Amino acid sequence: MIVLEKRPQPSRNWSIATPLIAVLATMFFGGVLFAVLGKNPVEAIRTIFWDPLFGEFAFYYRPQLLVKGAPLVLIAIGLSLGFRAGIWNIGAEGQYIMGAIVGAGVGLAFYPMDSIIVFPLMILGGAVGGWAWAMIPALLKVRFGTNEILVSLMLVYVAEQMLASMSLGLLKNPQGFGFPGSRNLNEYASATSWINQDVGMHWGVVFAFIAVIFAYVLLNRHMLGFHIRLTGEAPRAARFAGVKPARLILFCLGTSGALAGLAGLFEVAGPAGQITIDFNVGYGFTAIIVAFLGRLHPLGILLAGGLMALTYIGGEIAQSQLGLPAAAIQVFQGMLLFFLLALDILTNYRIRLRKSEVA
Amino acid sequence: MDLSAINPVLLIASLMVAATPILLAGIGELVAEKSGVLNLGVEGMMIVGAISGFAVAVETGSPFLGFVAAAIGGAALSLLFVLLTQVALANQVASGLALTLFGLGLSALMGQNYVGIKPPPTGRLDIPLLGDIPVIGPMLFNHDIVLYLGIALVAVVWATLKFTRAGLILRAVGESHDAAHALGYKVVRIRILAILFGGACAGLGGAYISLVRVPQWTEGMTAGVGWIALALVVFASWKPWRVLLGAYLFGGITVLQLNLQAAGVAIPVEYLAMSPYLITILVLVILSKDKSNAPASLGRTFHASH
Repeated sequence: MIVLEKRPQPSRNWSIATPLIAVLATMFFGGVLFAVLGKNPVEAIRTIFWDPLFGEFAFYYRPQLLVKGAPLVLIAIGLSLGFRAGIWNIGAEGQYIMGAIVGAGVGLAFYPMDSIIVFPLMILGGAVGGWAWAMIPALLKVRFGTNEILVSLMLVYVAEQMLASMSLGLLKNPQGFGFPGSRNLNEYASATSWINQDVGMHWGVVFAFIAVIFAYVLLNRHMLGFHIRLTGEAPRAARFAGVKPARLILFCLGTSGALAGLAGLFEVAGPAGQITIDFNVGYGFTAIIVAFLGRLHPLGILLAGGLMALTYIGGEIAQSQLGLPAAAIQVFQGMLLFFLLALDILTNYRIRLRKSEVA
Repeated sequence: MDLSAINPVLLIASLMVAATPILLAGIGELVAEKSGVLNLGVEGMMIVGAISGFAVAVETGSPFLGFVAAAIGGAALSLLFVLLTQVALANQVASGLALTLFGLGLSALMGQNYVGIKPPPTGRLDIPLLGDIPVIGPMLFNHDIVLYLGIALVAVVWATLKFTRAGLILRAVGESHDAAHALGYKVVRIRILAILFGGACAGLGGAYISLVRVPQWTEGMTAGVGWIALALVVFASWKPWRVLLGAYLFGGITVLQLNLQAAGVAIPVEYLAMSPYLITILVLVILSKDKSNAPASLGRTFHASH
């Protein structure tokens, strides 16, 4: 008879090994899925994981890794702070949209003024937009005890409507021949987030690395980071240690909102270029997978963000070359989260074989 | 603007139709939560139910078989949640999110060849006498059978929870799994059944959107209804009849804002479309103060150490 025995502490070795096993398991079962869809599984897996890095056209795809990875890492770093403390912000997609709208709005307000202060103000606008949107569930939770999961998620749908309204109304390009969507910020030198488009460098990449370092220092060297970890692992003990739950909620939701808003701003001012109705592509949701895949650890999230960016890029190649449906990649990413969560049992429990006893 | 174009009879009739998906998913989630399981995967189970039901209804030409397939599809997806939370003892919040993300992808994959097709129409019940009453007849007694099934399900769940031994055991498991375990009840088995019931109900609700309410298939067509159903259970403070009341309230708001859009009210369409979500938040705020009715073991992992 198999018996589960709870470990006194989560196993360190398993907590590093399980994400790797989960990735391998996803590759295997993903291959099975691709085979069912009538594609050669080995070729599909190679196209997704190998070709973007080392294939014939890798010089074109490698910069994309930074472009796709940066928003994922930025958002996931913010989410991981809250997830560690048991504060579930799952509306990062909405905060991402609001950051983009406010940030782009600031930039467009200055158009066509040429000045060095435009872009810093846009960054500020993006962060404030995302922060303010996340403050809604945070304040409601602190003041009324409202469930932050449901409120932050409902606000995603509200933000999507807001995006539609903005790209058809207030932020619409006056010289756009009536097409929906704002002016292209890439054509406005003071407002673009690109540093070097050929190697995929934009300010979002820089900020993603800063966020990783910031989170690492916060969690390992700072009292607030200790409180976050303590609240997640032992909420009662945290209360006795003098942790104020309200402050923690405001900080975690606010920070994750601001980071998601920044991600949105850098995207709209760089890779996307303009506010359009379908500007958001689900980074806010994929970042949840990134946060878990990285074990809520800053360095882990950096690696996980890279891997997830790879599946996006590889998925696009597989789409055009092998005719793999776009949704197959979404299933593939979801599968990864499943295996991660399922394998977590090895981290928290020992599996023992025991002879069945007479009760 | 012409508000007189809004016909109250049609309004209430379409309110009942709009409320049914939320009602079905909500009553299923209520049973799962009563057993102590918080399944945030409702949206995922609904959308998988929506496409399973749609595909089978189109292939067989029978909406009835479609609804059966939807229930099976929703329950099958909830089986993954069972594996994660009851077998692998994973965190319920994270597992529910995984279920939704996976379900959205899976449904898009399954539905690739079904975009732009019309499903076979679901027949309306022709209730003699009641259906012939002027005004009330077309308003209340001229709907399809699934709508009445939803209302009947509320009554059945209410009676089961309140009057039967099975209901008592389910509630005991949700209030204190350790005590229920000590009394010899199979906590995990009971929770698995409750999760599967929730999955089947969510699947039915999803299929009601794709087969009756819209009726066609588009990616992500549930558009947050699963999350509204989750909010509804909190709104109802875990009481079946209040789920019905809440579902009709949300259904009413949805239908009303659509009617206002059609009537050309001076409010932009986007702001009207936001209203169901904003009102959900508002209702959550008003009712969040009182959590005394929440099952005490809700969301907690059960592990029998001996």
